[in-house]
Formats: sequence, C-alpha cells, structure tokens
Amino acid sequence: MALTKNDIVTKVHEMGFTKKKSTDVIESLLEIIKSELEDGEDVLISGFGKFCVKEKKKRRGRNPATGEELILRKRKVVTFKCSGKLRQKINNSE
Amino acid sequence: MNKLELIATLKNEAGISKAEAAKVVEIFFGSMADALAGGERVEIRGLCSFFVKDYKSYVGRNPKTGEKVTIVPKKLPFFKCGKELKERVDY
Repeated sequence: MALTKNDIVTKVHEMGFTKKKSTDVIESLLEIIKSELEDGEDVLISGFGKFCVKEKKKRRGRNPATGEELILRKRKVVTFKCSGKLRQKINNSE
Repeated sequence: MNKLELIATLKNEAGISKAEAAKVVEIFFGSMADALAGGERVEIRGLCSFFVKDYKSYVGRNPKTGEKVTIVPKKLPFFKCGKELKERVDY
C-alpha cells in the first residue's frame, strides 16, 4: 500500500471542502511546487525537507546493458534533502 | 520558496483563506511524513515518489581527522522525481 494523491484529497475533503474543491486545491498546490522547481527555484519545507534543482554537467557514461559508451548531456535534476526532523521521525518509528 | 510563501501562493491560487491554505499544506506534508514513518511508500503522480531505504551499519571515516567511526544503521527516505516534473525541470 502506498499513500497517493487521492488519500491526501480525502483528508482535505474531511476539512469541509467539497470533493471537487479538495482536488482542485491539491492540484494547485502541486502546480505551485512544480512551476517553482521548473523556474530553478528550491522549495524548502521546514520539518519535511528541501527540494532542490541541481545542474549536472555533461559527462561520459556507459549503457550498463550493452557496455556502449555515450555522452550524457548537461541536464537539470531535482534532488531532495530530508530534514533532521523527518529523519528522526522515520528512525524513531520502531 | 519556503513553506510560508507556499501557503501565501496557495491562498491566492486556490481562493481559500490563509488558515485553510496552511492546513492543506500541513495535511499534504504531514501525511507524507506519517506514511514514511510507518514504512509506507508515497506516490504523488507527476511530482515524486518516496520510499524508506534501510542502511546497514558500516565503518566510516571522519574525512577531516581520518579517524574511524562506526555508523549506526539508519533509515532515510529515498526520493524519486516524477516523470512530469523531471521533464519540466530539465532543459
């Protein structure tokens, strides 16, 4: 079992919003986060973690299946740094 | 962008009050944190997925002093970027 968007929408619905409004609010939230990262801006959520945009230089790589050499182009990726609080929560859960 | 700015932006975009926006942001990240603490996976289509990875104990070194230290077993959330986000962030 995994937590999905739908589970979160259900919790927002329990706040008193209609189901439709709850979906819209979560979609807006996701869109804000995505467009912020798209603009190259980090998103810092205290108590949870930080979503960062990192630039990777182009490098020589290899296709692990065929052993073929190829050039991996310069690209941008999203990384996540877990906050100390979340880390503690996950490790103290047993 | 930090959490407060996210709340303020959500308030305007979704046309809800600041208190409601704060609650929604809290529910969103709080549910993900709770799921991970319970060892559950998180899958938010288009944004990202998370699962908890177990790291075994190992002997590491303090890079400054060269001193050997034992690293105790730990769990960390492993982040995987969603397809839509990946494509939008890249060039």
